[in-house]
Amino acid sequence: MEKQNRLAVLLGPPGLYLLILFLLPLGIMAVFSFRAGTIGDARFIYTLDNYREFLTKTSFHRLLLISARIALTIASLSVILAYPLAYYLTFRAGSRRVILLTMLIVPTWTSYLLRIFAWKLILGSTGLLNTFLLWIGAIEQANPILLYSRNAVVITLLYVWVPFVALPIFAALERIDPSLLEAAADLGSRPWETFLRITLPLSLPGVMAGFFFALIPTLGEYVTPLLVGGGQGAMYGNLIQDQFVRALNWPMGSVMSLAMLVLAIPLLFLFTKAGGSDLVEF
Amino acid sequence: MTELTVELRNVSKIYPARRSSGKDVVAVREVSLDIPSGEFFTLLGPSGCGKTTTLRLIAGFEQPTSGEVYLQGKAVSKIPTYKRPVNTVFQNYALFPHMTVAKNVGFGLTVKRVPKAERERRVMEALELVQLPDLANRKPSQLSGGQQQRVALARALVNRPTVLLLDEPLGALDLKLRKAMQLELKQLQERLGITFVYVTHDQEEALTMSDRIAVMNYGEALQVGDPMTLYEKPANSFVADFIGESNFVRGTVKQVDDDEAQIAIGRKVIAVRLEEERPSPNQNVLLTIRPEKLWLSEPDEQADGLPGVVEEVVYIGTSTRYIVALEAGDEIVVRLQNRPGTKMAGLGRGAPVKVSWRFEDARIIEADGRGEELVIG
Repeated sequence: MEKQNRLAVLLGPPGLYLLILFLLPLGIMAVFSFRAGTIGDARFIYTLDNYREFLTKTSFHRLLLISARIALTIASLSVILAYPLAYYLTFRAGSRRVILLTMLIVPTWTSYLLRIFAWKLILGSTGLLNTFLLWIGAIEQANPILLYSRNAVVITLLYVWVPFVALPIFAALERIDPSLLEAAADLGSRPWETFLRITLPLSLPGVMAGFFFALIPTLGEYVTPLLVGGGQGAMYGNLIQDQFVRALNWPMGSVMSLAMLVLAIPLLFLFTKAGGSDLVEF
Repeated sequence: MTELTVELRNVSKIYPARRSSGKDVVAVREVSLDIPSGEFFTLLGPSGCGKTTTLRLIAGFEQPTSGEVYLQGKAVSKIPTYKRPVNTVFQNYALFPHMTVAKNVGFGLTVKRVPKAERERRVMEALELVQLPDLANRKPSQLSGGQQQRVALARALVNRPTVLLLDEPLGALDLKLRKAMQLELKQLQERLGITFVYVTHDQEEALTMSDRIAVMNYGEALQVGDPMTLYEKPANSFVADFIGESNFVRGTVKQVDDDEAQIAIGRKVIAVRLEEERPSPNQNVLLTIRPEKLWLSEPDEQADGLPGVVEEVVYIGTSTRYIVALEAGDEIVVRLQNRPGTKMAGLGRGAPVKVSWRFEDARIIEADGRGEELVIG
């Protein structure tokens, strides 16, 4: 009885918070998705038209799929870039580990917007990169493709995510008992084989956590594409934003948001499975 | 001449100071060992004495700062761990948590590309050897400590190593299981004929299992010998105190003859047999005598033996321990078997007694350095 009370006290506030600020809005959004219009009398007409429209509009699907692909690309590349970083920090950095770890984290203390604007300065046609390439003679004309493209979105988001993806991998690598690596060497395993057979599988939970950590938010990302993506780099998130802000078509925006949620749920399911021991098995 | 499997020549391991002001840490100091093929050899010492570091130098997890390790006559300092013909049983077992018992045991064969059929056969053989053939598909987390220990043993033995290194392998087991495993390990070693290098801090375990023991302290190998030599003829006070229980009595050399010396202890002068140690007159020495080699009798001014007063009597079943304060100053422990006819049984606290021993049971040990500290501390 006492235990239940304590549980209620502990879980109450966050539960209430989630209920009011997450589940309730989600419900409101679900209701909106059936309305015929955002304002006026159309608000009170409930219809399936929005869903019908969404299902027939292939341009929406295409952008959703493109966004999913970008998110998968970014999550995968983040893991590939972050893994050596985390590996170095865990096994090679020695006494410099704390300093290097701090250096990895410190940039994330500055404003997210500021860091994205910085990339505008680097990638822009009069930006750092173009100027440098012109100066060394690698190109003859400033290349406008760098900024306002899907590549710019990918590069910028990679920069944003790598430190965050490195952290769970670092934590997973740190948990590996060094005597396991010694045991592998003792049993005749060469260093690279020890990595493939021991280190990598034991760090998979961290890799998975980092992967989904980057994947899920990137799927709905709209700020970065807005700032560095231009017309070419727009993602599904921008489309949703347009429905709500510009077209004032809240019902359609709601349908699109729910569609993304439906796409993300199986991914989240994978994520929770990755947290278990199943994925660690050979 | 017997073939040597493991040789250490003046091996030192020094960890440099972390800061410029700090001191270098000498983990192993000029250790030389010869371990013949098929021997059960034990590195014995208190924690921090360098025994585990010595084992790690043989395995190749650490590189010696100076000196050389030889395996089957070959210098191995340049040879990485994975190429050495040794296998290790780790203190915490270090089983791979993501693999089944069978995969764990077969790991060494897998990385050596042993064909699957042979690998499976040898894994089963190894599991049968440690009496765990039914647990092949379990995960290490589903095993008890004793079972994990056996899996770790099978994982090492399946590779048929020339030398098996064991780092306090029984440390985490309860007393009863530990005793059973001690015998089992010893039998296994005799049956397989593999050289065992065994690390432990438990002197009883070392005496039970080993052919020979190296007693280590402060990174040095203080004495190497078979259990009986170490017990009967300890080379110094540390060995005497660490192996079994010892009494230390301070005295001064009065006279040195061919094979005996006259030692003054308080107002008594007692003859002690001389072995390798050749003390000079007026030198301060320590006498070491095992508690079970002593007996008590009525005080008698004329005869040999040291007068004292019983301070405490501790009854421990098969024997009784008498702590006697010697008139000369030191305290001495006397252990008397509780058997019919033991004269002094029932002797109480405060009783004046005389402590005696046979001429050959007392040994002279150097009285300088750590020996002194040990007795006074």
